[in-house]
Amino acid sequence: MSAPVKLKYTVPGDDFTRAGEASGSVKKALKKLGVCPDAVRKVAIAMYEGEINMVIHANGGEITVEITPEAVDMVLRDQGPGIENIDLAMQEGYSTAPDNVRALGFGAGMGLPNMKKYTDEMKVESEVGVGTTVTMRVYIKQ
Amino acid sequence: MGNRFHSVTLDTDACKGCINCIKRCPTEAIRVRNGKAHIITERCIDCGECIRVCPNHAKKAVYDSLSILDNFTYTIALPAPSLYGQFNNLDDKEIVLDALIKMGFDSVYEVAAAAEIVSDATRKLMKQGALKLPVISSACPAVVRLIRVRFHELIPNILPIHAPIELAARIAKKKAARLTGLPMSEIGAIFISPCPAKVSAIRYPLGTEKSYVDGAVAISEVYPPLIHLMKEVQGEEESEYVVGAGRMGVGWGSSGGEAAALINEKYLAADGIENVIKVLEDLEDEKFSDLEFVELNACSAGCVGGVLTVENPYIAKAKLKRLRKYLPVSCNHLRDERMSTLEWDEELKQSNALQLADDMAGAMEKLNEMEEIVARLHGLDCGSCGAPSCMALAEDVVRGFATEDACIFNMKEQMQGILQKMTQEQSYIKPPFSVAHEEEKK
Repeated sequence: MSAPVKLKYTVPGDDFTRAGEASGSVKKALKKLGVCPDAVRKVAIAMYEGEINMVIHANGGEITVEITPEAVDMVLRDQGPGIENIDLAMQEGYSTAPDNVRALGFGAGMGLPNMKKYTDEMKVESEVGVGTTVTMRVYIKQ
Repeated sequence: MGNRFHSVTLDTDACKGCINCIKRCPTEAIRVRNGKAHIITERCIDCGECIRVCPNHAKKAVYDSLSILDNFTYTIALPAPSLYGQFNNLDDKEIVLDALIKMGFDSVYEVAAAAEIVSDATRKLMKQGALKLPVISSACPAVVRLIRVRFHELIPNILPIHAPIELAARIAKKKAARLTGLPMSEIGAIFISPCPAKVSAIRYPLGTEKSYVDGAVAISEVYPPLIHLMKEVQGEEESEYVVGAGRMGVGWGSSGGEAAALINEKYLAADGIENVIKVLEDLEDEKFSDLEFVELNACSAGCVGGVLTVENPYIAKAKLKRLRKYLPVSCNHLRDERMSTLEWDEELKQSNALQLADDMAGAMEKLNEMEEIVARLHGLDCGSCGAPSCMALAEDVVRGFATEDACIFNMKEQMQGILQKMTQEQSYIKPPFSVAHEEEKK
């Protein structure tokens, strides 16, 4: 039994051009491991959405990824403003993104719903004024 | 598969072992070992980037010489649409076609004509909803091979019909066999190619067991004699060879032409290998919505940018545009051919050349080891070790193809350590003069 692959990333805040670096790097690693294309896609999409959220709402944060032969676990942790009403935030089309961000084509209110859609398990923990932690899991079918 | 034919090869004598090519290769398929570049066969997609970038012209494309015509009783020239973009003031492509006959071919079939049939078939299949959207063009063999190696998820999106060159050979050879009564083996279909990827696709085809194309000569090779013969042809009588392709087919010679022929505005056309990779990454992450067709060309400006062409790609593109003005919209339709002639004979299989091990547990062990090695390296991605990046060197180490000592910075540190021990000094390199002076004052 080999040790899980652990990857760690810092997502800088307010830099849209760099959002996607972490998910891109994870994608590369998963391909090297020979993970099935479907799982690679799900992880890449969910993680990219998470990265964008961190950039828009939380001034960046940290992502840790753990890969085992069974699943990919992602933990996205930020010290942002927190989410007031998680149920509302999970609804498609709901967004608190500012206008300047929407002008760039983001903030359609699909971030969290997409993260849920593309992962097998997802948990959002948030405290207003403290930060948010999103935990996601994608199973690898072999 | 390990030893399969590649058009892109190395002239060992000319190679100086510099690192230009390893840095540019989109699949990290080149390493410098013992002062010479080596191509990793399983990874090479024949895009020709290394040929373009090599300052010593050590990277070469292998193609046939015109003497290949002697191998056949009857020969057909298959000129790529990009060929027409190589000449000044060309407003009648019959001159080029007639000159090809003068060069020794028995007949000519324009690849642009087959391209129009491929366009028609693509339109029909998309209308029927028979294809996975967005459909990715299969015309550029370097792009198809890139997807096989790096973007497995997108394999089902690739248009599963033959590239125009393959279809052109099939149609032209069958026609020639009927006309001459000769067996197929005595009829030679020779492609006039803008790039090495298409040359490789003949010997090692995609979507079929065996290509109908019998050989390929480079546009750059036929260009000098062709220019000469075109002058001769120009003064002569009307051509007896029917022009086979219109504006749509000729448009395939440059980026955006194939997509435009679909008469569907929901398309994207990207060219140049780096841009192609960016688009494929984003397609994989489903970042585009409402997109139905994706045209990708490994070369900048499309096929006119191939490394076997003569003219500046963007000038060639402008020349094609000028030529197209004088042509009818389209001269070829699917009804002349059966859809089964166009469809791939076999499914495209993914290549696992980037995978670290056959099983995931083994691959994980190697990846963890790689991360440890990378942490010990300097992260400069200088390429001096012969691998394109520190991560690539780490991969070579865990695969057993290199050792960490290949890193010249690590080696320098080791040497400094040894020297320090030998001289018993605090530091092998003395501080700058001013600092030394200040210390003296104290």
